[in-house]
Amino acid sequence: MNNKATNACHLPELKSGEISFQPGRIFWATLVRELNLALRRRSDLINPLVFFLMVATLFPLGVSPEPSVLSTLAPGVVWVAALLATLLSLDSLFRSDFDDGSLEQMLLSPQPLFVVVLGKVLAHWLLTGLPLTLMAPLLAVMLFLPAEGMWGLMLSLLLGTPTLSLIGAIGAALTVGLRKGGVLLSLLVLPLYIPVLIFGTAAVEAAVTGLPLGGFLALLGALLAAGLALSPLAIAAGLRISVSG
Amino acid sequence: MSEILLEVEKLFCERDDRVLFSDLSFQVQAGELVQIEGPNGSGKTTLLRILSGLSRHFEGEIRWRGVPLADDLPAYARELLYFGHQAGVKSLLTPEENLRWYAALDTSIDLEQIDQALNAVGLKGFEDVPCHMLSAGQNRRVSLARLYLSQARLWILDEPFTAIDKQGVAAKENVLLAHAQRGGIVILTTHHELNLTQHVRRIHLDEHSGTS
Repeated sequence: MNNKATNACHLPELKSGEISFQPGRIFWATLVRELNLALRRRSDLINPLVFFLMVATLFPLGVSPEPSVLSTLAPGVVWVAALLATLLSLDSLFRSDFDDGSLEQMLLSPQPLFVVVLGKVLAHWLLTGLPLTLMAPLLAVMLFLPAEGMWGLMLSLLLGTPTLSLIGAIGAALTVGLRKGGVLLSLLVLPLYIPVLIFGTAAVEAAVTGLPLGGFLALLGALLAAGLALSPLAIAAGLRISVSG
Repeated sequence: MSEILLEVEKLFCERDDRVLFSDLSFQVQAGELVQIEGPNGSGKTTLLRILSGLSRHFEGEIRWRGVPLADDLPAYARELLYFGHQAGVKSLLTPEENLRWYAALDTSIDLEQIDQALNAVGLKGFEDVPCHMLSAGQNRRVSLARLYLSQARLWILDEPFTAIDKQGVAAKENVLLAHAQRGGIVILTTHHELNLTQHVRRIHLDEHSGTS
């Protein structure tokens, strides 16, 4: 039996000592994997965008179709709709990894978890935040946002939506272990979105009225930088708590 | 081959006011196969999750090479392969893509051996089929292919043989044995009758459970 066993399979030698950390490789592998998964599950990709469009369409119907009214509402409406669309897509961020056990494997990997997490969040932004930003001018035109405000809207969304993904991922990590974490996720995350919303809409309004918007963009950039540095650690800790429970 | 690698001391775990095990102490040497036994709900999975470092709801101490787990988790993770209840296989990806992802997580895996490993678990010809098109057993096999690739010393396997056919189980038993012979450790739970009886040390959880 013993002889047969050793003949039957060739296992690699056991490793001795150190192995190298390759954060670049794991980051890239995570990104490619997430994009691959999203491409094979296209409905999840389109849902936030359709939601974004529909929320913005409700305002002319519900408030007033008057261009003068809509143009004052436009910055806020587009921003709030983008924020809610991001929120909608967050619940699935770690859900399938949690369900099929991939998350456990990520936690047990010798590679640093925050790099994996950063790859996942970047993929999430590429698939929601970026398309939302690109779609925003369409909604802005629909809501009669003056043409001068368009660049302010695009730039503020470009800087703001990654922060939304990063902050949202903390909530997603903390609620992934709960069976119905969706509502709790919104309650956790929405208050944290307020600063981003304030500076984002302020930037658009400044652009519309012809004031300099550099200050608001700098604040959004600062929020993004802080988010990039700190939230992966919080997300990683949240995931450990969720899996441990 | 009598180097003691894993030491568990006075482990105590309680779940929902029920004591799963208390005062559980054992040591595992290099080259040992350990089977955790016990009826359903006796805490086998919980114990394996604690040993792997996933769960921290316990009291007592676990040491790997003399160092408490919590002190150096990355070093421990480098030598650990954990196979959980959920196989960790993405159903939208193909077996090969799944294993490549594992190779990125564990850089000691040699990409060129992935083909061989898939072959060894009987998935030749299915490399490019998305895993949701495969059967439950085949999905488990995708994850078990990691056993052929891993250079981790400690294998923690939770019900690795669920949904695997008889031939497959025999092949995996040989892998476990080969792993033990190269100085590795296997800690597993299974309800299958193992043919490795003479090599396996058993730890029965019932004997360690307190009364609640």
